[in-house]
Amino acid sequence: MNNLSETTVQELQSRALVVREHCIKMSTDGGCFLGASLSCVDLLNYLYSEYLNVSTENLSDPNRDYLFLSKGHDVPALYGVFAERGFIPRERLQNHLKTNDSIYWHPNRAIPGVEYHSGSLGHSLSVAMGVSMDCKLKGQTNKIVVVLGDGECNEGSVWEGLLVAAAHKLDNLVVVVDRNQFQANMKTEELIPLEPFGSKFEAFGWNVLGCDGHSYSDLHSAFSSIKLGEGKPTAVIAQTVRGKGLPSIEKRADRWFCNFSHEEVDALLNELHTQEKANIQSEVIIAR
Amino acid sequence: MTYEELLESMVGIDKRIFVMTAENRAAIRNLPGKIGGNFIDTGITESTLVGMAAGLALRGNIPVAHALATFLTLRAFEFIRDDVGIPNLPVKLVGAVPGFLSDGNGPTHQAIEDISLMRGIPNMNVFTPADEQELLLGLPHIIHSPAPWYIRYNAMKPIYDHNNTFEIGKAEVVAEGKDITLLVYGFMFSETLKAKSILESKGLSVGLLNIRTPKPIDKDAVLFSALSSKLLVTIEDHFLTGGLFSIVAELLTLNRVAANVLPIALEERWFKPATLPAVLEYEGFTAEAIAEKVFNKFQSLN
Repeated sequence: MNNLSETTVQELQSRALVVREHCIKMSTDGGCFLGASLSCVDLLNYLYSEYLNVSTENLSDPNRDYLFLSKGHDVPALYGVFAERGFIPRERLQNHLKTNDSIYWHPNRAIPGVEYHSGSLGHSLSVAMGVSMDCKLKGQTNKIVVVLGDGECNEGSVWEGLLVAAAHKLDNLVVVVDRNQFQANMKTEELIPLEPFGSKFEAFGWNVLGCDGHSYSDLHSAFSSIKLGEGKPTAVIAQTVRGKGLPSIEKRADRWFCNFSHEEVDALLNELHTQEKANIQSEVIIAR
Repeated sequence: MTYEELLESMVGIDKRIFVMTAENRAAIRNLPGKIGGNFIDTGITESTLVGMAAGLALRGNIPVAHALATFLTLRAFEFIRDDVGIPNLPVKLVGAVPGFLSDGNGPTHQAIEDISLMRGIPNMNVFTPADEQELLLGLPHIIHSPAPWYIRYNAMKPIYDHNNTFEIGKAEVVAEGKDITLLVYGFMFSETLKAKSILESKGLSVGLLNIRTPKPIDKDAVLFSALSSKLLVTIEDHFLTGGLFSIVAELLTLNRVAANVLPIALEERWFKPATLPAVLEYEGFTAEAIAEKVFNKFQSLN
């Protein structure tokens, strides 16, 4: 395995900063699920920049790698990455929640790069398994990645899928869990504890890896060590922080869905770059 | 030829066709081993079955997914709606032992809201073969249709030689009637055909429409029967709400056609679990019971 060069890490970090700016700008005029988006910015940025063989050149090539965003409410992070990877023009993000485009709170295939729509939790794993099985049957060597939320793992269909994926030896399939420790309005461990999380996957017949989901070198060493084609699917549990990058909303149960004023967005953009806490007055929205 | 022999031959010609099952193998028990990787059993997992079928379809395949009709349409409903309906993928869902065919299983296994649920999903279509002959007749059309379909599986031996011209959205006009038209789909076709003879023996002119695809409905055939008969009768092993009676009522209302309609369906109840003949007897769905209800209704109109 080659380590990421210092230059590459710096590039990834600069891109992540821009993606976070995109997310923050979407948290007004209707708002978005900002906390859940910021936790997986680095993860998605890493995957699309370093791990996945998918680019504007091969979006319709059946041999491309696939990514399914199962926790669809973090779509601002995905679209932010898409804008920076050239899948969509950056200006298009300004159409968030406007009827002249299809940029809303969950992913859909009207946006180039989105493999499948999501929204209802616990669906994309099985859809990805169908794609995975077809790719295997056709003798392809591409990767199928599914990003799950940790709260999403309350859904029975996730565990049903994990069981069936192992039974069918879907060894081109990689599940990544954005382990930000929160489900909608609660800490996961205070509502439906998931730990010991990794050993649950292991018991279901999966290879399990862990990493710091905000460290590019750590993400790289985890993903580089995945063994595809050896009979088992792989799960990567990426430890992340809800609201990462904005100290005033980090790790807060009440900052899942956010709809800020324009002034607050400006203050948060400043906070992103300076880490000086913004003064947020907007009422807490308990969604779901 | 049987259902599974037809599937085997279709897979032989077109490798995009996948036969899938949530460990419901009754109709396809001989296929594993014969069609290689094109047979996929996901275990007792209806939601995963439908999700995987969507994934296969996303890659350009035509999955034909089998499960018990209740578990398929109820437990996996959201997967059907979200992962097949929204993206309009050509997944074919085959519901086993629908309606009265669940005979002795009890209410958990009675798929008698399946038509209602499936037709309520945008893009989804519904095929309700009257018997094995019609199942085999329609299957290639359904599989090669670019749309998602729910197949209310029924491979009972036929008692009638069907019109072998199958067209999606066209009912089979068994007969036209000046007094009464019986509208039926699926398993209840055979009893209804016998009921027709009983009514004719009483001197009535009786039509029979075999609704092969409740969605898309044959609007012209239904409206023509409403205009040309004095009484329409809908017969179905389904709840009264959401099935053929509802479809007919919607059509008549939308087209400002007034008609006498007698629905024969399960009104606000599950049926008594028993052997199939006993179910029909107890619930009043034998040819004789149907003919009697229809005859009495027709008499009351005059």
